[in-house]
Amino acid sequence: MPKITYIAFDGTPYVVEAREGTTVMENAIRNSVPGIEAECGGACACATCHVYVDEAWRAATGEPEPMEEDMLDFAFDLRPNSRLSCQIRVSAALDGLVVRIPERQG
Amino acid sequence: MSEVIEADAVIVGAGPVGLFAVFELGLLDVRCHLVDILDKPGGQCAELYPEKPIYDIPGFPIITGQGLTENLLAQIRPFEPTFHFGQMVTALTRRPDGRFDVETDAETHFIAKAVIIAAGGGSFQPKRPPVPGIEAYEGKSVFYSVRKMEAFRGEEVLIVGGGDSALDWTLNLQPLAKRLTLLHRRDAFRAAPDTVNKMRALVAEGAMDLLFGQVTGLEGADGQVGAAIVTDNEDREHRIPATRILPFFGLTMKLGPIADWGLNLHENLIPVDTEKFETSEPGIFSIGDINWYPGKLKLILSGFHEAALMAQVVSRIVYPNKKILFQYTTSSTSLQKKLGVA
Repeated sequence: MPKITYIAFDGTPYVVEAREGTTVMENAIRNSVPGIEAECGGACACATCHVYVDEAWRAATGEPEPMEEDMLDFAFDLRPNSRLSCQIRVSAALDGLVVRIPERQG
Repeated sequence: MSEVIEADAVIVGAGPVGLFAVFELGLLDVRCHLVDILDKPGGQCAELYPEKPIYDIPGFPIITGQGLTENLLAQIRPFEPTFHFGQMVTALTRRPDGRFDVETDAETHFIAKAVIIAAGGGSFQPKRPPVPGIEAYEGKSVFYSVRKMEAFRGEEVLIVGGGDSALDWTLNLQPLAKRLTLLHRRDAFRAAPDTVNKMRALVAEGAMDLLFGQVTGLEGADGQVGAAIVTDNEDREHRIPATRILPFFGLTMKLGPIADWGLNLHENLIPVDTEKFETSEPGIFSIGDINWYPGKLKLILSGFHEAALMAQVVSRIVYPNKKILFQYTTSSTSLQKKLGVA
């Protein structure tokens, strides 16, 4: 299964195995990775599963869709590599993905 | 302090579970007042996902958050609940006579026989932008909502954001302000197209400024902001004179004052028993996403069930001498009269 590394705001890495087809948000919640709130449960409706995609993985994860861009307007401390983790779907191509978690979600 | 409202029951939160509680309580002749910090009913269904489908409401293969809210409002209409929107319950204390004083930040004061906390994920509060030191200006020259438009007359106003709130207030305050600047991170707006067009026309006329970037610093003293440092998308810094700043970054859920009401809490949730859904304080109940008990599932349908059981107990508090007869809406003439269908 593809591996995802979440780096918490304090620098602690959390490495989890993720099933293909699930979202990066779901795997964070399932593995109790701190700092991902996902208030709306993955409906792309709240911007509280915000992560920074590691530069090396930006091309592989792609650009946000317009709906996600709209929600990112409401994310805390936005950067060019900001994504909503509920909108990144795990695939074999993302094996090794690294994302960082912001200081807070709102 | 305005007049005191004597109530059978005050429900904290007008989300789907708070709304359905009005129905279950209404069948047992308990009249309800509902308080919600949002300006509309529906809670998360209305604020987070009005257009998104819900698939697990019994009897509805698919329904939107807005659709569910509208149906619940129609269902509870016979019981004439009183809504108090745009306010948050700040204080809840027991009175010597056993009832409760319930006070809101809009100075509404209830005396209630029972209180039902159906506050979901807590109260929706504005998101604070990541600007160092912004707290010192909040409530003095940085505001997250507009209470009085006059407070912006003749001021250098900076509005930050790209949603409906940011755009609506841009149009409303532009005629009053000495100068108005709208700042958004990108040249795309998530707002009504007509409003966006009107804003762009004002910019073209030179009647206001539009800038793309983010606020990275504030200048000012004693709570009065003087300028905002804005970093644009090419990493250049601009100093924007601003005596009033309005950030509109949406809402987030916080537990809020509930933590101060002397209730036992379990990881920011309110433990209840599964017979009465009563909290550690007799007469205070908790239903929906905000409560906790072994096996709890945060589902709307669980909240509906909790509302039905809670209502039995609350009716005994409101009518201590009345015998409760368990009845079905399908067959009971007395219930049908209450619903206005018999």
